[in-house]
Amino acid sequence: MGILKTFALGGVHPEENKLSANAAIETLPPPKQAIVPLGQNLGAPSKPLVKKGDKVKVGQLIAEAGGFISTNIHSPVSGTVLKIDNVIDGTGFKRPGVVINVEGDEWDEGIDRSDEIVSDISLNPQEIVDRIKQAGLVGMGGATFPTYVKLMPPPGKTAEYLIINGVECEPYLTSDHRLMLEKSQEVIIGTRLLMKALKVEKAIIGIENNKQDAINHLSQLTKSIDGITVMALKVKYPQGGEKQLIKAAVNREVPSGKLPIEVGCVVQNVGTAFSVYEAVQKNKPLFERVVSVTGKDIKKPSNFMARVGTPIQQLLDAAEGVPENTGKIIGGGPMMGKAITSPEVPVVKGTSGILLMKKEESSRKTTGPCIRCSRCSTVCPMGLEPYLLTKASKLGKYDIAEKEMIMDCIECGSCQFTCPASIPLLDFLRLGKGKVGHIMRNRNKK
Amino acid sequence: MDNIIIIAVAALGGLGLVAAVVLYFIASKFKVIEDPKIDEVEEALPAANCGGCGSPGCRAFAEATVVSAKEKKSLDGLFCPVGGNDVMQIVGSILNLEVTTQAPLIAVIRCNGSHANTPAKVKYEGASSCAFAHALFAGEGGCQYSCLSEGDCVDACDFDAIHMNPETGLPVVNDKCTACGACVEACPRDIIELRKKGPKDRRIFVSCINQEKGGPAKKNCAVACIGCSKCEKECKFDAITITNFLAYIDFEKCTLCRKCVEVCPTNAIHEINFKPRKPRPEKAPGAVPRKPVPKVAQPDKPVTMETETETAVAEKVEKKESPDNGKA
Repeated sequence: MGILKTFALGGVHPEENKLSANAAIETLPPPKQAIVPLGQNLGAPSKPLVKKGDKVKVGQLIAEAGGFISTNIHSPVSGTVLKIDNVIDGTGFKRPGVVINVEGDEWDEGIDRSDEIVSDISLNPQEIVDRIKQAGLVGMGGATFPTYVKLMPPPGKTAEYLIINGVECEPYLTSDHRLMLEKSQEVIIGTRLLMKALKVEKAIIGIENNKQDAINHLSQLTKSIDGITVMALKVKYPQGGEKQLIKAAVNREVPSGKLPIEVGCVVQNVGTAFSVYEAVQKNKPLFERVVSVTGKDIKKPSNFMARVGTPIQQLLDAAEGVPENTGKIIGGGPMMGKAITSPEVPVVKGTSGILLMKKEESSRKTTGPCIRCSRCSTVCPMGLEPYLLTKASKLGKYDIAEKEMIMDCIECGSCQFTCPASIPLLDFLRLGKGKVGHIMRNRNKK
Repeated sequence: MDNIIIIAVAALGGLGLVAAVVLYFIASKFKVIEDPKIDEVEEALPAANCGGCGSPGCRAFAEATVVSAKEKKSLDGLFCPVGGNDVMQIVGSILNLEVTTQAPLIAVIRCNGSHANTPAKVKYEGASSCAFAHALFAGEGGCQYSCLSEGDCVDACDFDAIHMNPETGLPVVNDKCTACGACVEACPRDIIELRKKGPKDRRIFVSCINQEKGGPAKKNCAVACIGCSKCEKECKFDAITITNFLAYIDFEKCTLCRKCVEVCPTNAIHEINFKPRKPRPEKAPGAVPRKPVPKVAQPDKPVTMETETETAVAEKVEKKESPDNGKA
């Protein structure tokens, strides 16, 4: 197979631990009560369209986009709206959400619920984008950026490549892997739809080498399709980062502070491609997704097709409970995920996995002094100097942090992962990034 | 030999003379005429350079006062919180202006979510920075308005006036506070407020900023303001307003009558430096004991004990030597 491609700078090799890789996707029943937060995407929260006491059906629009970078939200269940109130989210903060008491499972008539695969593409590019916008699609990799915005290149820019992100470089998570194996037809049709919407001729499905079965399976299926190639990539974290994937797949570098469209690329997740298929061909809005529930001690590592709004507790129960010595419940993967404060919080559009970490592996080690080993600079995939940025952000020297390109940090956590002194580098990078971003936005306002 | 010495001295002396003449003219051409009063005012200031006045340092404040004195003939809006009225009097006398005295301010902590009042539900292990913790999660106790106990305010204080109490996990302000406002800026949750120090250092304030409805607020914290508006009704001076289920006492209108403190069902209103009240001396200043359990609830205790094994009950009764009047 020759030498496998990967990105040039930095990167780390965390233990893969893909425990749920062989667990087929199980469909979870709808919850008894669905909690649907209104802020499920990057950008502005959505505006609710229903009120207390309203009857809703599965797939009914319950909140509309609250701005350009915002999305529609559809009811994941059928039942009665109990209240529109502040609900607790993964961080413990209370944010507005719709609580629906579930009664039966009655779907909106417009949704095609048959298993038949619709492979003919009849819509024109604009119609495809409109459908995607209507269905409230967001990037399913975890960043939850509204998909339709990415499909509308700014004037003067054209896309050359569509890159489908099947890398799934985060340890433990397997939701994309299972989708590529079980819903491969749908993913490929979704890719073709995205190609048509973007008017590109070439699409690359990038998959890391540790998912050999997915690579073989998709290669076989795409043999007869012009333009789509499946590319095996060398295993390295954080290859799933947009900029890293572009570098690995087409050897182009996205300029600092710019979007991938600058180098003629658009990156979409495998999960997004699958949702695009469902939204466009089956008229099914985004209200359920694949969530990996995994962890070293968990009895049954699984992949669930769960409705948005399902309490995480229900997923944990379906995976046969929380093991005794669980230290942390993490929403997302071990590298970039965040610990959640309560198992009562719901699954949202961006929940790619639930990871239960053992007490001994989840607790932080004692921080030591920096020994100037420069490992953090070596592994940074963006070529930054994490220690310098950490120091600048700790001391409040945000001007230095800005000059040293803190805004280019992708928060992958490679630096903190590799630090022999266990310094919380990422914590301070995130803090500094937030502060510098705030300062920059205020400056631009003036 | 002599020649060389004379030439060297003459050459260097001449060079020095030329430089001196050039420098003299340049110095007189570019002379900066500065009001000597700026120096005088700066001398009078505390030289803390804390920025509490709004200027970037004492020198800048001195310049601002002199400019204001010249242009507006007043010192309105200029006040050195660290020096207080004494320093402002001196500044006024230097500039020949009347200075209106201002009531001294002090920082107050508007959160009483101590470890006991707001039991921790989760454990935080991240970087020891309130700003970071605030961006990450709501707080160990679950209240998204509560103090995060990481001490950003302590780091911000230049005057050694604020410290963390390790028992409660809350910061404590002492007399050294100059009301410079550095901690107010540092707190990511806006918990700290500058309030009037009050006569004899007595002040009353609502020690909570929770804007949730009563139920959810009370769920996380035993001493949260639940917005019941009892204090608002009790206050005869219209000093208390309730917005978003949160009471706020206007310190301009408050007469320190302490009636609101008595009616507050959650002890969210704090009184500081008051003498203990005669009829209810158990209310120590500053400390906030829980309200005594209502008397009706007393007979319940032995009933719950009976559900345990008889020996356990007997042991407990013996140990406590309680009169077990509830059983009768």
